Amino acid sequence: MKTTRALGLTRRDFLKTSGALVVSFAMPPALLAGRPETAGASPGPAAGTDPAQLDSWLAISGDGSVTAFTGKFDLGMGVTTAFGQIVAEELDVPFQSVSFVTGDTARTPDQRGVGGSTSISVGAQPLRQAAAEARRVLLALASDRLGAPPDQLSAQNGIVRRKDDAAKSVSYAELIGGRRFNVTLKTLQQGNAPNVAGSAKPKSPDQYRIVGQPIPRADIPDKASGRASYIVDVRVPGMLHGRVIRPSPAGARLLGVDGAGSLPGLVKVVRKGNFLGVVAQTEWDAIQAARKLRVTWSESGFAWPAMPDFYKAMWAMPARTREVLNEVGDVEAALASSARTLEARYEWPFLSHAAMGPSCAVADVRGGGATIWSHTQHPHQLQHGIAELLGLPVAKVRVIWVQGSGSYGRSGHDDAAGDAALLSQAVGRPVRVQWMRDDETGWDPKGPPVVVAVRAGFDDRGGVVAWDYVARTISMSGVPPDPERAGDMLAGQLFGLPAGGVDRPANLQEAYTFPNKRKVGEDIPWSQEGSPLRTSNLRAPGQPGATFGGESFVDEMAAALRADPVELRLRYLQDPRAVAVIRAAATQAGWAPRPSPRANLSRSGLATGRGIAYVPRGNTRLATVAEVEVNQATGQVHVTRVVVAHDCGLIINPDGLRGTIEANVIQSMSWALKEEVQFSRAGVTSVDWHSYPILRMPEAPDTLEVVLINRPDLPPSGAGEPASVATAPAIANAIFDATGARVRTTPLTPERVKAALLTRA
Amino acid sequence: MAPSLRLTVNGTVRKVHASPETPLLYVLRDELQLHGPRFGCGLGQCGACTVHLGDKAVRSCVTPVSAVGGRPITTLEGLGSPGRLHPVQQAFIDEQAMQCGYCINGWIMTAAAFLAQNPNPRDGEIRTALSGLICRCGAHMRIIRAVKRAATLQRG
Repeated sequence: MKTTRALGLTRRDFLKTSGALVVSFAMPPALLAGRPETAGASPGPAAGTDPAQLDSWLAISGDGSVTAFTGKFDLGMGVTTAFGQIVAEELDVPFQSVSFVTGDTARTPDQRGVGGSTSISVGAQPLRQAAAEARRVLLALASDRLGAPPDQLSAQNGIVRRKDDAAKSVSYAELIGGRRFNVTLKTLQQGNAPNVAGSAKPKSPDQYRIVGQPIPRADIPDKASGRASYIVDVRVPGMLHGRVIRPSPAGARLLGVDGAGSLPGLVKVVRKGNFLGVVAQTEWDAIQAARKLRVTWSESGFAWPAMPDFYKAMWAMPARTREVLNEVGDVEAALASSARTLEARYEWPFLSHAAMGPSCAVADVRGGGATIWSHTQHPHQLQHGIAELLGLPVAKVRVIWVQGSGSYGRSGHDDAAGDAALLSQAVGRPVRVQWMRDDETGWDPKGPPVVVAVRAGFDDRGGVVAWDYVARTISMSGVPPDPERAGDMLAGQLFGLPAGGVDRPANLQEAYTFPNKRKVGEDIPWSQEGSPLRTSNLRAPGQPGATFGGESFVDEMAAALRADPVELRLRYLQDPRAVAVIRAAATQAGWAPRPSPRANLSRSGLATGRGIAYVPRGNTRLATVAEVEVNQATGQVHVTRVVVAHDCGLIINPDGLRGTIEANVIQSMSWALKEEVQFSRAGVTSVDWHSYPILRMPEAPDTLEVVLINRPDLPPSGAGEPASVATAPAIANAIFDATGARVRTTPLTPERVKAALLTRA
Repeated sequence: MAPSLRLTVNGTVRKVHASPETPLLYVLRDELQLHGPRFGCGLGQCGACTVHLGDKAVRSCVTPVSAVGGRPITTLEGLGSPGRLHPVQQAFIDEQAMQCGYCINGWIMTAAAFLAQNPNPRDGEIRTALSGLICRCGAHMRIIRAVKRAATLQRG
């Protein structure tokens, strides 16, 4: 399979100069948007974006190569390789012959972007169906050519043969190469994304030869050699460079701008409400101009609680929404009649996506149309948001997704697209914007803070009879993840447009069969617009914080009952897949059943311990065991070993899946041990890798072991997020096991661990 | 027009136009259209912009172009030769040692310079040598394996 090199235009539109990808415009963007696909030496047919047309999903060119079109795309986890395996499998073509066009509003169907670990579980479904249908059509065509009914034909490597006479054959290229299928598919809705069906039945897993293989990722060789192109490499002839200047302090009004006259290379200062940007000839000119411009801001319009009081304030604020997510039995009565009760509170901070590469976009807004190159996770939704932001008809806006640095939700990508669009419109030329580091860490939408309160009641035989769980959060969709409105982008907010946020409670997923149980999610009000503490989706939105509370508390219950943490979980879980991942993780880790903390604790020196956490997310199940060393003099925690047992249904590519799970574990170790957005009344003060430190190489675990449980009988259920959820509680539980000290606030810093060591029983 | 100067990049002398204080990164990316070194922080904190000056790995985002002098510059594109990847590049492919790959330039260039000095490192030395780099996606375990594999490949 080839990686998608083309940035949405035909390959002929690209001139490779010294390795640079140069986008050349022979015609205005509005025309390009409607231009048929004529890519490569042997062009495939014109693809549209109507999901009901087979040709919108697949094209076979004259040389037999296959191009698949999808509104899903690869954020760095290797899903495009998995897509290629699925298409090659269903179509019976070599994996290497499949390439992709992804995330282009003019060329790919709207699949509601990427998010929620659904790229394979939901996103690949139409590709699978379309490829199966294409194979059926090809066999029907071959039947005419070869004079045998389709069931007397076999297809392999893009060639159809008669079963009774293998010498009689015809290739897919001969059958359809360069021409349209002209087949209409039935469209279905799957969640909020489209699926399709033809009359072909996709293969059953026992027939798979390509799906399930650990095929190396198609994109990696070019990335290792430096040939790969990212959003930051998009160059448009005549392009200028822009930078943005954010309110300082956050929430301030723009009062005045001075000193533009003396700045070299400056083309224009662009001002709209409190949105401020500069456009200059070169990137360095733009950076210097943004730094040197003298800007006067008002005082802040925000009234955030002081950081040390923040969690207290979260509990003190009246909830704006309260949702009972699950209620079984009578919790209050059960608590009242319990022999013993236990309660605890937990705290999870604002997190920054802290993308490796600051957000970037190139916009060309000219002649009544706009083309936007962006690493958005929602190109088809961004198309609408940009149209509103620029005052253009939606049909005149084209958004082309280009791979960016890894993204784990709604980071700054869409905001940067809005910035570039406004700056390009203001100067009438293409403009490239890349945020600076402080724009990214300081001003990306944040993963929301979560506070959790849990109460449990026990009977006199050591059984759990009541579980009362409340999670409070600032909405994980304070800014919607899919930017359909101009106000969903920071630029729009800075000139007064509202964000289309909605309240969404923190997402505790668990399935314990306590006889009386209540689970409540509450959202508190929060100023979102124009704020560096606006909140949106970050990997497994809301769930890591909610689960840090839930799974830490299950451990606290086990300790109170003197039960082994694995045994207590298994006692209250019926789901066989839950039981299987817990047992698999415990077995791999060599878990010896006993209560925590470990016996014969020494209260000084290096202490070691182990902890477990179990997490369901959607239909994925996983358990994580962490082993730690705690330096009891300094409070420093080193995670020596992590074991994850993971079941996400049918596995498409086991090595790609392992890589994704490992990365989830490392990133969530970083949340657990290091990360917390710092803020003051003046704004966010976490603005770079010193003030927002994340996990570095010496802090990576000594070993990280992944046990994959393959379930060919179950559809794939997603792996982009789940393994990030169990890590923090597993580590906190291991610290408790090692030392008897319980830390209920992340990150689990040496200071917090030391404080807990001093107050332990 | 900014003043012109000559740089030796990946074995070729290139004429560029830039004011002397311009960080080398922008010259490589914007003037010479190289993709290997990437902007991550502009502060020398993450390593995504790493290039070799002579045999030293440096952060091009905080290296003024005027400080390069006559030293040859090697970027990720020039680390191997056409058709023959550097052992570190090959090892990163063999170990599938990345997620998004945006940061990978820094790891490969830093590891290549490190292994040239220390061809037979212990695990702890590798971790320490790479402690100045950032990978946000979390490919750390595979990166360690890749650097160990590269050391083996290099020793032949």
